[in-house]
Amino acid sequence: MMTFLKSRTSLLLFLFSLFMFVPATTSHADELADKINKLAEGGFNDRQKAINELAATGDSRVVPALEALGDGLLYMQKLGNKVVIVERAGSNFKLTDPITLEALGEMPKGALEKIKVNNRLRRAVRDALGGLQLNSKKPADRMAAAEAVFQSKDPDAIPLLDAAIEKETKADVKKAMLEARAAAVLSSDLDDTAKLDAIKVIETRSGRDSRSILLGFAANAEGKLKSAAEESAGIIERSLAAWAAAQNVWYGLSLGSVLLLAAIGLAITFGVMGVINMAHGEMVMLGAYTTFVVQDVIRTSYPQLFEVSLLISIPLAFLVAGAIGVAIERGIIRWLYGRPLETLLATWGISLALQQTVRSIFGPTNQEVGTPDFMSGAFEIGQMTITYNRLYILVFALVVLAALMLVMKRTPYGLQMRAVTQNRAMAGAMGIRTDWVDALTFGLGSGIAGIAGVALSQIDNVSPNLGQSYIIDSFMVVVFGGVGNLWGTLVGAMTLGVANKFLEPYAGAVLGKIVVLVFIILFIQKKPRGMFALKGRAVEA
Amino acid sequence: MTQAGDTLLYLDNVSVSFDGFKALNALSLYIAEGEMRAIIGPNGAGKTTMMDVITGKTRPDMGTVAFGKDIDLTKMDEAAIATLGIGRKFQKPTVFESHTVYDNILLALDRPRGVIKTLFDKSNGTDHKRIDEILEITRLGDLADELGANLSHGQKQWLEIGMLLAQDPMLLLVDEPAAGMTDAETAETARLLKDIAKDHSVVVVEHDMDFVRDLGVKVTVLHEGSVLAEGSLDQVSANQEVIDVYLGR
Amino acid sequence: MTNFIAGALGIRSYIFIAVIAAIVVVVGFLNLAVPETSSLYMSSYVVSLFGKYLCYAILALAIDLVWGFCGVLSLGHGAFFALGGYAMGMYLMRQIGTRGVYGHPELPDFMVFLNWQELPWYWYGFDMFWFAALMAVLVPGALAFAFGWFAFRSRVTGVYLSIITQAMTFALLLAFFRNDMGFGGNNGLTDFKDILGFDVQSDSTRVGLFAASGIALIAAFLLAQAIVTSKLGKILIAVRDAEARTRFLGYRVEHYKLFVWTLSAMMAGVAGALYVPQVGIINPSEFAPANSIEAVIWVAVGGRGTLVGAALGAVLVNGAKTIFTGILPEVWLFALGALFIAVTLFLPKGILGLASQIMAKRRERQATGAAPQPQEAD
Repeated sequence: MMTFLKSRTSLLLFLFSLFMFVPATTSHADELADKINKLAEGGFNDRQKAINELAATGDSRVVPALEALGDGLLYMQKLGNKVVIVERAGSNFKLTDPITLEALGEMPKGALEKIKVNNRLRRAVRDALGGLQLNSKKPADRMAAAEAVFQSKDPDAIPLLDAAIEKETKADVKKAMLEARAAAVLSSDLDDTAKLDAIKVIETRSGRDSRSILLGFAANAEGKLKSAAEESAGIIERSLAAWAAAQNVWYGLSLGSVLLLAAIGLAITFGVMGVINMAHGEMVMLGAYTTFVVQDVIRTSYPQLFEVSLLISIPLAFLVAGAIGVAIERGIIRWLYGRPLETLLATWGISLALQQTVRSIFGPTNQEVGTPDFMSGAFEIGQMTITYNRLYILVFALVVLAALMLVMKRTPYGLQMRAVTQNRAMAGAMGIRTDWVDALTFGLGSGIAGIAGVALSQIDNVSPNLGQSYIIDSFMVVVFGGVGNLWGTLVGAMTLGVANKFLEPYAGAVLGKIVVLVFIILFIQKKPRGMFALKGRAVEA
Repeated sequence: MTQAGDTLLYLDNVSVSFDGFKALNALSLYIAEGEMRAIIGPNGAGKTTMMDVITGKTRPDMGTVAFGKDIDLTKMDEAAIATLGIGRKFQKPTVFESHTVYDNILLALDRPRGVIKTLFDKSNGTDHKRIDEILEITRLGDLADELGANLSHGQKQWLEIGMLLAQDPMLLLVDEPAAGMTDAETAETARLLKDIAKDHSVVVVEHDMDFVRDLGVKVTVLHEGSVLAEGSLDQVSANQEVIDVYLGR
Repeated sequence: MTNFIAGALGIRSYIFIAVIAAIVVVVGFLNLAVPETSSLYMSSYVVSLFGKYLCYAILALAIDLVWGFCGVLSLGHGAFFALGGYAMGMYLMRQIGTRGVYGHPELPDFMVFLNWQELPWYWYGFDMFWFAALMAVLVPGALAFAFGWFAFRSRVTGVYLSIITQAMTFALLLAFFRNDMGFGGNNGLTDFKDILGFDVQSDSTRVGLFAASGIALIAAFLLAQAIVTSKLGKILIAVRDAEARTRFLGYRVEHYKLFVWTLSAMMAGVAGALYVPQVGIINPSEFAPANSIEAVIWVAVGGRGTLVGAALGAVLVNGAKTIFTGILPEVWLFALGALFIAVTLFLPKGILGLASQIMAKRRERQATGAAPQPQEAD
C-alpha cells in the first residue's frame, strides 16, 4: 500500500514537470477535458463507457482524474459542469484541474456535486489505471502498475499484461509483470499447466505476499496444484526465515555498534587505566548535549550548515567531554589511584552532579536533535531494511575503534600510555610524565564517550538521564570482552548486541535483556577476566 | 635421592605456561621429610610459580604434584592444601594490617577453620600460651598489641614466619625471607629458619647468597622453569652452567 | 549465647542502644500522649519519616557488615531491601481483601485489572503474616546465597563484584517493571489497609511500626556487633585486608564471604519489610541501582567498619535529603554528588573515624601535659 501511494505522488510530480516544460502537449488538453467531463454525465453505464474511453486514449494524463474518481474525490462544478479534483479544506473544497493539476482555488461544498461510483466502476477504474500505467512511459509507473495487478490478482488484467510484457524492454519491470501475470493466472480459470508455471514464477519472487498468495491458492486447490503451491510456499517460508535472521543479525550489529560506541571510552579508562568511572555515561550525555547546542546555534545563525552539524559536533563533543574528563582526573581521580571502590563512589558523585547541572541548564525534558538528510531514510537488500542512520553509526563506531587502535599502537603518546599502564614506576624513571599521561588517557576515554554521544543523539532521547541507560551495558561489554583488550570490546559489544536481538522475539525486549544480564553475570563468574583475558602473573599485579 | 617413603613433597615433570611463556618446564623436585632446601635462580626462573603450583594457586598444565604418600595437590584448593600442612610465606610480606600482632598469630593458629566454629570460638589458655611462645621465638613479644600496619618491613617478615609456625605445618614454603633486611636481621632470620627446620620441612627461595650459605643446606638451582643443578652451595657454585646463567652476573 | 553477645559490647554500643531506645520511647510519647495542639506534638507523618530512617539504618548496617568488615562492596543491596519489601507488600495486599476497588476477595486489584483469573502460585501463603515475614528474610537470603555461591567460588572480587551486583539489581528492576511478573508492574503494590488487623494509617499502628523498626535496628546491631567481635569477625577483616594470605592460612574465604553476604542480605530484607508498611508503597524503583549506591554512601559518610557509624550516616544523609528536597530540590543532587566526592577524598573513615581521630589527639595531648605539642603527622 505504501509503495503504491508513494508511486502515485511521484507520478503526480512527474506529470507536473511534464506540463511545466513541454507545453506542446497541451494542444490535446481540450479533447481530453471533454472526455473527462463525460465522466459526470448519465448513469453508471455511461460512466463506465467514459472510463473505457479514457483508458483507450493510452494517455497517462488521465491518470489523476481516474484515481480521484476511484477515491471519490472527483466532483463536478454545478455551475458549468466542469469536472475537478477536490481536496477537503474545512467546510470548503480545494479544487484542482484534473489535467493540468493547476490549483483552481476554493469553493463551498454546496457548489459541487460528487461523481458517484459503485464497486463495478471502481474495478473498472482500477483496471483502466492498471492498463494505462502498464503502458506508461516511465518504468517506475509500469513497475507500480504491475505491482498493483500482483496485489489485485485480477484475471482480467492478463491480456493487458500480455501486451505489456511483449513491449517491455526493462528486465526488472518485465519480471514484475510476469509475476503479476502469474498471480492473475492463479485466480483465473486457465488450465493446470499454466498454473503450475505460475506457481514457479511466484516462488522465484519470494516475499511475504507471494507466500500468502500461494497459501491462499493452495487452500482452494487440489492434487498436484495444491502440493506444488504448498511446496513453493515452503521454499519461500525458508528464505523468509533466512532473511528474518539476517535482519535480526543486522539489528543486533546495530545495537552492538551502539554498545561499542558507549563502551570504547570505558575500555580506555577502565580497561587500560583500571579507573572505574561511573560518570562515563554522563560523558556520553554531554556529547549528545554538545550536538544539541551546535544544532541550536546553526539553526538560529547558520541554517545552511545544518547538513554538516554532526561533523562539527564530533570534534567539539570530544573537546568538551575530554576537557571535563581531564578536569575530573586532575581534580579527583588522581587522589584515588589504587582505591578502586572509592573511585567508583566518587565518580558516581560526579555523575549525579553532572546530571543535575545539565538538568538545571537545559531542563529535565528531552531535547530535539535533528537528523541531517544523509542520515535519513533507508534502503532494502532483499527482504531486509537498513536505515541509513544505523548504518552510519555502525561504520562510525568501527572508524572510532580503528582510530583509537592506531593512536595506541602507532603514536608516541600511545607508546607512553602503554608504558605507564604496564609499569608506572619504570615509565616514570624513564622520563615519561606519568601524571600527564594519566590525565590525557582519561581525557581520551572521556572524549571518545563524548563522540559516542554525538552518534547516540541520533537514535536516543537526549535527556539528562541519557548516560544512565548506557553505563551498566558499557561495563558489561568491557568486562565481557576482557578488560584491557580493544578487540575484546568489539567482539563483546557485537556478541551482546546480536544475542539481545535474537532473544527478543522469544522473550520480549525486557526479558531478553534480563536473560543477557543473567548470562553475563554467570559468565563473569566462570571467566572473571572476560573472553579475551590477559594471562600470567601480570594479571595479579 | 631419598627413599620414596621419606619423600614429603614430590614434583614430577611439572609444566606451566602463560600465553606460550613456559614458567615451569618439566620441573621435577623432591623434598624429604624434615629436610630444609634452598632454591636459587635468576628472575623468571619459575621459583614463585613453583610455589604457586604447590600451594594450589596455579594449576599445572601437566605433571604430578604430590604431598606425603599419595595426596594429589593438583586437585585441591589453597585452603585445603594449607589445612593439609603446607604453609607459605609470600615474597612481599603479607600480614593483616588492621589486626594486632597477637591477633595475626591467633588467626594462624592450628584451630578449626569452619565458619560456624569460628563464630562461637573463644580462645583459651593453651592458645595464649602457644601465641606467647611464638611471639617469643619471633622476638615480637613487646609488639603483641601493635597493629600489623605499624610494623617495620623486617618485623612483618618475622610476623609472617611466626604465623607459619602457628599454623604448625609439615612443610613451610618461604619466599625471600631476607629481602629488604639489614645484615643483622638477615643473620637472625637464618637462625630462626634453622631453628624451625629442626622439626619441620622447609623450602626457602632466596637471592641472598650469604643467607643461603648461613643456612648450610642442599641447594637447587632453577633456570627457565627446570632444575639446572642440585647439591651443596659449594658444589653448585662451582658448576659452570650455574655461573653462566646466574652467579656469574 | 548471651555470653556471645554480651562479650561483644563496648561503651559505644551501649550508647547507641540507649539512644535508639530513648528515641523510640520519646517519639511514641510525643505522638500518642501529647495533645495535637501542643507545640511538642509529633505528627504521624514525622513518626513514619523517622521510622523510614531507622529502616535505612538497618540497611546501612547490613552494607557495613559486608563492605566495612569483609571488603565486599555491594551495589545491589537495594535489591534485597526491595525483595523484603515486596514480601511484606504482598501480605498487605492480601489483607485488603474485598476492600479493593474491584472488591475481589482473593485477587489484588492489579490482577483483576489484568484479567487474571486466579492467584499465581507464588502468592500463596502471603495471606499469613508469619509466612510473609519468613519470606521477607528467606527470599533475599536465597538470592544472596545463590548469587554469592557463584560469585565467591569463582573469586569475583573488587569492582567486578560491585558491577555484577549492580547488574543483578538492574535485572530485577527490569523484571519487576513487567506486568506479567505478577507484582503490580510499574505501579507496584500500594493502597494497603491493615497489618495484623491494625489500620496502617492509624497513629498507634505507626508508632508500633516505628518501635518495631527501632527494636529491629537494635537487634541487627547486636547481631552484627557479635559477629564482628567474634573470631569470625577477625577473619572477615583478615579477608578484607589480605584475602590471599587468609586463604593460605587454610580458611575457605568463599565460605566466610558467603555467610556474611547472605546474612547481610537477610538483614536488608528485614529492613525492607519494615519500610513498606510505613511508606505505604513498594514499586520497582526501589531496585534502581542509584538507590543501592546511595545506601553505600550513607555507610561511607558515617564511617565504614564501625556499625554505629553506618546507622548514623543513614539517618544523617536521609535527614539532610528530606530537608533539602523540601526547601531546595534543585540542590539536592549537587549536595549528594559533592558528598560522594568529599567523603571519599577527605573523610575516608567517615564521621566516626574523624571523631575518634580527634578524640585520640586530645587524649594524646592530655597525656603529654598541658603544653600544646606540635602537631604530629600520622
